[in-house]
Amino acid sequence: MMPGIATFADAVLAAPLPLAAINWHSFFFVLFAALACGFAVAVVAAENVVRMALYLVLSLGATAGLFFLAGAEFVGAMQLMIYVGGTLVLLVFGVMLTAQAPFVSIKGSGRDKVVAGVVGAVLLAVLLQAALSVKAWRAPAAGVVADPAATPIGMALVGVRVDEPGVGAPARNVRPGYLLPFEIVSIHLLVVLVGAAYLARAKRRKIPRAIDVAASAEPPASVAEHAAIGRDRQRSGSVLAGGR
Amino acid sequence: MADFLINTLGLPAWLAWTVAAVVAAVLILHVIAGGALVFIWAERKIAGRIQDRLGPTRTGGKFGWLQSLADGIKLLAKEDLMPDGADGMLFRIAPYVSFCASFCAFICLPFAFDVVGQRLNVGVFFVIAVLGLEVFGVILAGYASASKWSLFGAMREAAQVVSYEVPLGMCVVVPVMLAGSMDLVTIAEKQAGWFTNWFLFHDPFTFVVFWIYVTCAVASVNRAPFDLAEAESELVAGFHTEYSGLRWSFFFMAEYGSMFLVSALAALLFMGGWNGPIPVATLLGLSEGTGDTAHYLVRLVGLANLIGKATLGVLMMMWIRWTLPRLRIDQVMTTCLKYCTPLAAAMFLGAMLWQIALPGGLVPVLHRPAAEIREGWLPGPGGEVRARDAVSTGDAVSTGDAVAAKVAQVGS
Repeated sequence: MMPGIATFADAVLAAPLPLAAINWHSFFFVLFAALACGFAVAVVAAENVVRMALYLVLSLGATAGLFFLAGAEFVGAMQLMIYVGGTLVLLVFGVMLTAQAPFVSIKGSGRDKVVAGVVGAVLLAVLLQAALSVKAWRAPAAGVVADPAATPIGMALVGVRVDEPGVGAPARNVRPGYLLPFEIVSIHLLVVLVGAAYLARAKRRKIPRAIDVAASAEPPASVAEHAAIGRDRQRSGSVLAGGR
Repeated sequence: MADFLINTLGLPAWLAWTVAAVVAAVLILHVIAGGALVFIWAERKIAGRIQDRLGPTRTGGKFGWLQSLADGIKLLAKEDLMPDGADGMLFRIAPYVSFCASFCAFICLPFAFDVVGQRLNVGVFFVIAVLGLEVFGVILAGYASASKWSLFGAMREAAQVVSYEVPLGMCVVVPVMLAGSMDLVTIAEKQAGWFTNWFLFHDPFTFVVFWIYVTCAVASVNRAPFDLAEAESELVAGFHTEYSGLRWSFFFMAEYGSMFLVSALAALLFMGGWNGPIPVATLLGLSEGTGDTAHYLVRLVGLANLIGKATLGVLMMMWIRWTLPRLRIDQVMTTCLKYCTPLAAAMFLGAMLWQIALPGGLVPVLHRPAAEIREGWLPGPGGEVRARDAVSTGDAVSTGDAVAAKVAQVGS
């Protein structure tokens, strides 16, 4: 069977193919780059909030594709988790908070578009100039490229650098890793989390609920007294309403 | 596979990669679509039996096993409706977004040793990240349908999935910590041998973590008792109220695909992956490298093992679905934030302390494969990196080689 396939393959290859050799790496780079740029433009051009969010997600997803293509799998997965997942939450709150008619459809005036275009073009020019002026980035990468591995990052975060030539070197030359920045960021995030929970907590009721008042109050001695309490409550209005 | 095509058949590299990619993609598609066919039939039979009915009995002979196919033809023939006020583009694209997310997560899911679309060094992380995107399609569907039921369903789903990602992530971290790698292949390889090597039985904490994972996984794929997004008693049909025909079925293929995915992930992380409870292959002397036939036989058995475990997981989800009543939204949130999250955090700490105190486990007689990838990272007494097991620590070796190459480069 195998020789048969081989001869078939030879026959196919002998035939003049329009695509004699596709460089998939370049192909996918161009594809993802075009997708990212195209959807980025679409974010600006769209008028509906939810469509903008969709285009943003697609643009960010294409960027994640570029990361995967470059072998930076950890960064790519991070991009998916944080940016694409974060946009999701943004979308939910964006829709919930701006679901009124004037905000669902956003139309910029002509002047806005001109100003935005000028600012964007200037920023792009600066970035391009900066990126192209670095000589090292223009030459194709030389030297050993390690297989992508997330373990060195994890090890560095707990204080052991395995990616530096410290392996085998005396202990004083081994770099300390990122333990301190990692801890600082962790504490910072924890504080933010606690703060968010504090701000979003259920506020304690200032006025007791009617059912609690009724439960704690002495039982009225007579029918007349009972009616009086009811009248009082109705007048003040707040107790029976539950006091929100 | 691409290497095989290049080396054995002599195809040029670009063609070989194309063929390999297409074959992998088509196989994954078949896992999802074929799985959905089988699982939908199984779901109806199980639902029937649990409710003291027979379920489908007529289509296709004795057990109604062609029922799903008949359903599929019916769905194909249905009219494709769209509400007047709907946002057409988003309404059409939403099912595909859901399906694509489910499909993408399968790319780095290993079915047996080396039977994996693309082995990623951060496989677990990638699966969790992509699985979270499935809800995006649901939210788009809910918004674009221009129906209040749909929007309610979508908002519930968003709140639920975003909340349950937290304890789910914490549960997943425990096996990652025990294996010392985020690579799904490495994690499963670490559990080779008897079933006592499974991370499920590694220590009491991982056993609890597994059940938290099950809870969160059921919630994150939006199955009863957590199917608030499509609560038919309150929301008609939730986010897919306005969908019909093939578009609707895409949502369901995505749902069944995700069910299979989280079950396979549970098998890989906690239940030894493709390693069976009893290492039959090793006992018979078949192992990697004893010859081509044995090689493929081992992988075939592994494949059967993993698919069997994942199917068991899916069947368990069905059992849960038809047994428990649906929770209220506040109960769903309470389960996640007040029980699952603190419990997962505590179990994570416990598993970590256990790993420090009793790294060999309680019963040292039973052989555990060397799980000490961390030791391999530390410089040995002679100043060089210690030799490591080539099979079980794949990424360590490659990076170690890279380090060695770098050292050599610096030296020259």
